[in-house]
Amino acid sequence: MSAVIDDHDHTGADHAHGPAKGLMRWVLTTNHKDIGTLYLWFSFCMFLLGGSFAMVIRAELFQPGLQIVEPAFFNQMTTMHGLVMVFGAVMPAFVGLANWMIPLMIGAPDMALPRMNNFSFWLLPAAFLLLVSTLFTPGGGPNFGWTFYAPLSTTYAPPSVTFFIFAIHLMGISSIMGAINIIATILNLRAPGMTLMKMPLFVWTWLITAFLLIAVMPVLAGCVTMMLMDIHFGTSFFSAAGGGDPVLFQHVFWFFGHPEVYIMILPAFGAISSIIPAFSRKPLFGYTSMVYATASIAFLSFLVWAHHMFVVGIPLVGELFFMYATMLIAVPTGVKVFNWISTMWQGSLTFETPMLFAVAFVILFTIGGFSGLMLAIAPADFQYQDTYFVVAHFHYVLVPGAIFGIFASAYFWLPKWTGHMYDETLGKLHFWLSFIGMNMAFFPMHFVGLAGMPRRVPDYNLQFANFNMVSSIGAFTFGATQIFFLFIVIKTIRGGPPAPAKPWDGAEGLEWTIPSPAPYHTFTTPPEVE
Amino acid sequence: MNSRAPNRRLVTRLLLAVVVMFAFGFALVPLYDVMCKAFGINGKTAGQYEGSQVVDPTREVRVQFLPTNNADMVWDFYSKAAEVTVHPGAVTEMIFVARNPTNHAMSAQAVPSISPSEAASYFHKTECFCFTQQVLDPGERIEMPVRFIVDRDLPKDIKHLTLAYTLFDITARHPPIKTGS
Repeated sequence: MSAVIDDHDHTGADHAHGPAKGLMRWVLTTNHKDIGTLYLWFSFCMFLLGGSFAMVIRAELFQPGLQIVEPAFFNQMTTMHGLVMVFGAVMPAFVGLANWMIPLMIGAPDMALPRMNNFSFWLLPAAFLLLVSTLFTPGGGPNFGWTFYAPLSTTYAPPSVTFFIFAIHLMGISSIMGAINIIATILNLRAPGMTLMKMPLFVWTWLITAFLLIAVMPVLAGCVTMMLMDIHFGTSFFSAAGGGDPVLFQHVFWFFGHPEVYIMILPAFGAISSIIPAFSRKPLFGYTSMVYATASIAFLSFLVWAHHMFVVGIPLVGELFFMYATMLIAVPTGVKVFNWISTMWQGSLTFETPMLFAVAFVILFTIGGFSGLMLAIAPADFQYQDTYFVVAHFHYVLVPGAIFGIFASAYFWLPKWTGHMYDETLGKLHFWLSFIGMNMAFFPMHFVGLAGMPRRVPDYNLQFANFNMVSSIGAFTFGATQIFFLFIVIKTIRGGPPAPAKPWDGAEGLEWTIPSPAPYHTFTTPPEVE
Repeated sequence: MNSRAPNRRLVTRLLLAVVVMFAFGFALVPLYDVMCKAFGINGKTAGQYEGSQVVDPTREVRVQFLPTNNADMVWDFYSKAAEVTVHPGAVTEMIFVARNPTNHAMSAQAVPSISPSEAASYFHKTECFCFTQQVLDPGERIEMPVRFIVDRDLPKDIKHLTLAYTLFDITARHPPIKTGS
């Protein structure tokens, strides 16, 4: 990280002041680029931590029977893997990208609320320290799945559940403050002439995501607060004995949980919508329809939550409503996929690493979307519910969706961040190993899921042995490859061919008008957008 | 920069939205109960039924009883018959028996549920031990009547109802003090 500091020192010299020196620079910083960097590094650490939990899961599932870990610990691993990846890896990575890129894309000098920005970042290490520390407490960490259904997370929870609840509260506060900051930046700090419909799609998708965050993170906070009250203050929100209802928990949770999955994917849609045109050397096909499609997806995400609950006994009319509403989301999503493909159509394509990740994103995310459509069919879902088919589905939308979107963004903007070009050969190697590892890990899960292998169980029937071994080998490959990504990034920070202001000849946007690496202070006088 | 004033206004509004959504999370609780009652979903039965109905002797409905103990509940809890056949509109009585086999007083709450859940709004209880809490001394045994009417308007395709009672130990929350019940 010291290399980054040096870079900023040199390039910041012609400005009023560069970054402060030493550790306190990072603790006290209000600079959007510093905070973006902090978010991205934090997210990568959490990605490796959550990934190591996944490695424990896959090692245990390498063969049938119990070999490596106790079932109780296995449950903690599935839970912590989900929590760390969702709240620690994917969401902060996108907030980091937003911090770095949104001010550069809209010609703003910084985020609108820089001090709050610092606070919302530093809440996260505290939250995750609290969460991960539960693994070392007597009784162990959260073991009820990342969806923490009551009464597993209330009546039958380990004592550490209270730490989990406060960790969720901290993450929620952090996300809400981040979202407020992003909305304020986008609505108030755009350069003159940067009308809403001229904003890059990454900015648009983040604006919509931020509104989703503001709408649902408080509901999650309410949900865990109810748990807290049930556990410690004798209320009965989710306890049938006192007149409550555990099914209510699922309604409240998924009212947050379904928009949450779009929070994790919409910013990736935005980044991909910048990357594909750059490497197709064509403007994005259907910009306006992209904006409206994103808004429709966000709106519809509030009307489909009960498709996670088809088997709890909701009435037939409800099943039909949620089934059709869910399928309706395929329409705006289809518009987006169509537009990406139309952008590539007859373009002068080249396949640098960001483009490889972007194309893989389009193909593999679509596969995940199709398995989502299968799951949306209520009568079929009775069969798929809680099997590895569900695991395959959401890993296909989150790994090649959210994670590949983040990788594509990282390679796309790394020259702008570091001032160096990354090593293209190593980048491509990273892509292909990730691509192969990811498909090997998750594709067989479709088959074992359809054959009835339940999720979140440390042992399985012998008939699933071969597919699980393939899955595990793929997962180990994918996991190890990400250490390699760390190497590539550090190598790029420390050196490499100097990057021009606009390293991609087809790229468009204000961020390419400033030098690489981006100076510590940019757009102190707003640029004119024609 | 003169961006402070619009920022403050926007941030105030967004914070207000956060507070509203936090409250909305809690508002889902009564909303859920209202929806379940209004649409008769989730198998939740209504409170005490006051009306009476004309018996429909041409139709028969089987009503099955399913008394169960929640985890950690130790009472003996059963119904005198596993199943009765009733005519819609007729008042039927079934006796449930509970006994506290422990050597300390305990209190309990029974929570009813009807399946199929569409039938919940057609199942009326004129008397039920689930309306109150039960307090039993060590070794005490009580017989608890349930009087119910299956509505004449019960959809024709439903020929079989299950009335499940889950008995919860609420001694910790409601110390066993004998009341008039």
